[in-house]
Amino acid sequence: MDLSPKQSSPSESTRFPDEVLERVLALLTSPKDRNAVSLVCKDWYTADSWSRRHVFIGNCYSVSPEIVARRFPRIRSVTLKGKPRFSDFNLVPDNWGADVHSWLLVFASGCPFLEELRLKRMRVTDESLEFLALNFPNFRALSLLSCDGFSTSGLATVATHCKNLTELDIQENGIEDLSGDWLSCFPENFNTLEVLNFSNLITDVNPGVLERLVSRCRSLKVLKLNRTSSLDRLQRLLVSAPQLTELGAGSFSEELTLQQHAELKYAFGLCKNLSVLSGFWDASALNLSAVYPACSRLSFLNMSYTALQSPELASLLPHCPCLRRLWVLDSVGDKGLEAVGANCPSLEEIRVFPTDPFDEDMLHTVTESGIVAVSQGCPKLHYILYFCRQMTNAAVATVVRNCPDFTHFRLCIMNPGQPDHTTNQPMDEAFGAVVKACKKLKRLSISGLLTDLTFKYIGEYAKNLEALSVAFAGSSDLGMQYVMEGCSKLKKLEIRDCPFGNVALLSGLERYESMRSLWMSACNVTIDGCRSLAREMPRLNVEVMKEEGSDDCKADKVYVYRTVAGPRRDAPPSVLTFSGL
Amino acid sequence: MEGGVAYENGLNFKATELTLGLPGSGETEGQGGVRNNNKRPMPTPETNEEESQAHKAADRGSTAPAAKMLCRAQIVGWPPIRSYRKNSLQAKNSEGEASGMYVKVSMDGAPYLRKIDLKVYRDYPELLKALEAMFKFAAGVYSEREGYKGSEYVPTYEDKDGDWMLVGDVPWDMFMSSCKRLRIMKGSEARGLGCGV
Repeated sequence: MDLSPKQSSPSESTRFPDEVLERVLALLTSPKDRNAVSLVCKDWYTADSWSRRHVFIGNCYSVSPEIVARRFPRIRSVTLKGKPRFSDFNLVPDNWGADVHSWLLVFASGCPFLEELRLKRMRVTDESLEFLALNFPNFRALSLLSCDGFSTSGLATVATHCKNLTELDIQENGIEDLSGDWLSCFPENFNTLEVLNFSNLITDVNPGVLERLVSRCRSLKVLKLNRTSSLDRLQRLLVSAPQLTELGAGSFSEELTLQQHAELKYAFGLCKNLSVLSGFWDASALNLSAVYPACSRLSFLNMSYTALQSPELASLLPHCPCLRRLWVLDSVGDKGLEAVGANCPSLEEIRVFPTDPFDEDMLHTVTESGIVAVSQGCPKLHYILYFCRQMTNAAVATVVRNCPDFTHFRLCIMNPGQPDHTTNQPMDEAFGAVVKACKKLKRLSISGLLTDLTFKYIGEYAKNLEALSVAFAGSSDLGMQYVMEGCSKLKKLEIRDCPFGNVALLSGLERYESMRSLWMSACNVTIDGCRSLAREMPRLNVEVMKEEGSDDCKADKVYVYRTVAGPRRDAPPSVLTFSGL
Repeated sequence: MEGGVAYENGLNFKATELTLGLPGSGETEGQGGVRNNNKRPMPTPETNEEESQAHKAADRGSTAPAAKMLCRAQIVGWPPIRSYRKNSLQAKNSEGEASGMYVKVSMDGAPYLRKIDLKVYRDYPELLKALEAMFKFAAGVYSEREGYKGSEYVPTYEDKDGDWMLVGDVPWDMFMSSCKRLRIMKGSEARGLGCGV
C-alpha cells in the first residue's frame, strides 16, 4: 500500500478539516471506491477508516476480525462469506470452519455499535446468536444465507433480545428446526420489523402470533412465509399488510372453494406495490390465478419450487408486463420458455432449475429450443442459469447473437462430458461464441464435452471475466494455463474433475494474489504441488482436504486463497494447511 | 485402497469379476477417486457399476473424459444443485406418494423379494425385529463403531444418492426420507460397511 506523504507546500495544500473529509467520503458507498480512496494518502486512509460504515469480506479467512475492528472501528454493517461455494454441493466437510463466533467476540469490544450482519456459508451456532443478541445493543438486521449450525432456539434469542430488529432474513440454511415458538418471542409491543423471511423453516409458527406481529409492524415491506403457511393465513396477512413489496407466498397447494379463491384474489388485488413474488411450493394451477391482480408491477417472479407446466406459465406471464427476473423449473418445458419469449420483453434474468436432477428418464424438460426462444423474445437478457439435458453449439451461438449483453452465463448440461447432440462435437464452439460475443461477461459456468480449445477461447476473449466454474472439462494442463494467462480480472476459479495437475496449478502463481480464491477438486494436483505453491507465495493459504482412503500424495481438494491473516488455526484434522511463512 | 481394485494395463479385473454380490460391493465406501493409467480424472464416485463401464470407455482410448459414462446420480455434488433445493424437491416427491412408504427388501440367498411400509415402524429396533421375523435371521447387536456384531447377516439400504449404507447409522427420520430399498447382506459381503463379523 502506497502511503505517500501529504504535500507540505501551503499553496498546494488541499487540507480539509478531518470532519469535512469524512463527510465527503461518507457519500462514497461502493467498497471499490472506498478502497481506492484509502490508497490516496495517509489522511484519506485515516478518514476512510473512521467513516467506513459497511465492510464486505468475501472470504472470512482473508483477514482477521482484529485487523478489521482495528482499521474500521465505527462500522455498522458487516457482510461475511465463509465456506467455498462448492460446500453448497456437499464437497466440503461439515467441520471445515468459517465459524462466526470469533468475529463476534472481537466486534463486541471493537465495534460494539454494529447494526447489521449478513452471513453467507458461515457456521453459526445458537450460542453465537445469543451472544449477538446480548452484546450489540443497536443490532437491527440479521441475514443468514446458506449457513448452518443453529436451530430455532437461536432465532428465539434474537427475537427476544434485539429490541430494534428491522430485518430477520433466514434463507436456505441447514437449520435445526425444533419448533415454531421462536416467533412468539418477539415482545408484544415490538413493531420495528421491515423484513421477515422464514421460508427456510418447516415447523409451523403460531398463526395468531404472526398475524399480530404483521399488523403491528406497519413498516413491514418483505414477508416470506414458510411452506406450511396456509392460504387462509396468507389471505389475512395480505389484507393486513397491503404495503408489502416482497412476498413469499407459502405452499399454495390447498384446495379452495370459489369463495375462498375470490377472497384470496381480492387480497392480492390490495397489494399495489408488490415487486417480488416467491414461495409457491406445490402451487396448483387453479390457485395461481389468484395472484394475477398483484402482478402488474412484478419485477421478480420465483416459481422455482413448484413444477409449473407450460399452460400455467403461459397464463400467468401476460399479467406480468414488467417482469425482469424469472426463476422456474424445467417442468415448463420449451413451450413454457416460448411463452417467456413472447410475453417478457423486459426480461433481464432467467434461471431454469431441474425438477428432477437425478432422473435419467425425464422426458419433459428443456432443450436448446427453449433457451433460443427466450433469447429471441428477450433482447435485454444478461443473466442466465440453465440446467438441461441436451444442447447444441449452434443454439448457444444463436442465443448470444440475440443477446450480446450477457454478464452471467451459466450453462449446466447435466450429463458430464456430453457433446453437441446433433453433431456429436465438443461444446467448445458454444462457449467460444459466448466469450467472443459477450464483452461484458463477468461470470461463466461451462459444461458438456469440452477440450482445451474452450479454455483457449476463454483466455483469449473473456477479458472481463471475474468468476469461472469448470467441471469435467479440458484435455490437459494447457486448459487451465490459458485461463490463468488470459483472464487478468479473474477473481474466483472453481474446478472439479478436470485433468489439470501441478503444472496448471503453478501456472497461476502470479495471479492468485489478485484473486479471491481457487478451488480444485478431483484433479491431478499433488501434495508436492501444493507445497511448492505455498513456498513460492507466502501470502496465500494453500489448503488440502484429504479424503479417507486416498493416496498420500494426492491433493483431493485444494483451496487456495489470499490472506493477510496467515494460516488459519481452526482447520479440522482432515484439512492440511500449507504456508510459506 | 481397500477392496483391491487392481489395474493392469488399464483393465479393471475386479469390477468385471463375476460375483453374486452387487457390483462394487467389495469396495469400501467413501474411497478417494480412483486413478487409472491414462490419468483421466474420476469424480469421487461412490461404488457403482457404471464405474467399470467408464474404465472400459477410457480403455478404448476415447478422448472423452471417462466420467462421461458415469451415471449422474452417483457423482457427489453433481449436478450442482444446492442441498436446500434438493431437499425441497425430495420432500415434495415423498409427500406426493400415497400413504405408506413402501420399499423392497431383498436378502442374499432368498428366492424372492418382499416389500415393507417403512411408515409402520417407529424406529430401528422395530424395523429390525420385523425384518428378522420376515426373513428368519438374526441381525446381531448394532454399534456405531463396529456395525452389526455377532451375526451372519447385515441389514443395509440404498439411499437417494445411490449409495449402500448400513442400517442404523443415520437418524431414523433421515433414514426414512432417504431409504430407497433394503438389502440384507451376507456378512462376508458387507465387509467395509462397518460389520464386525
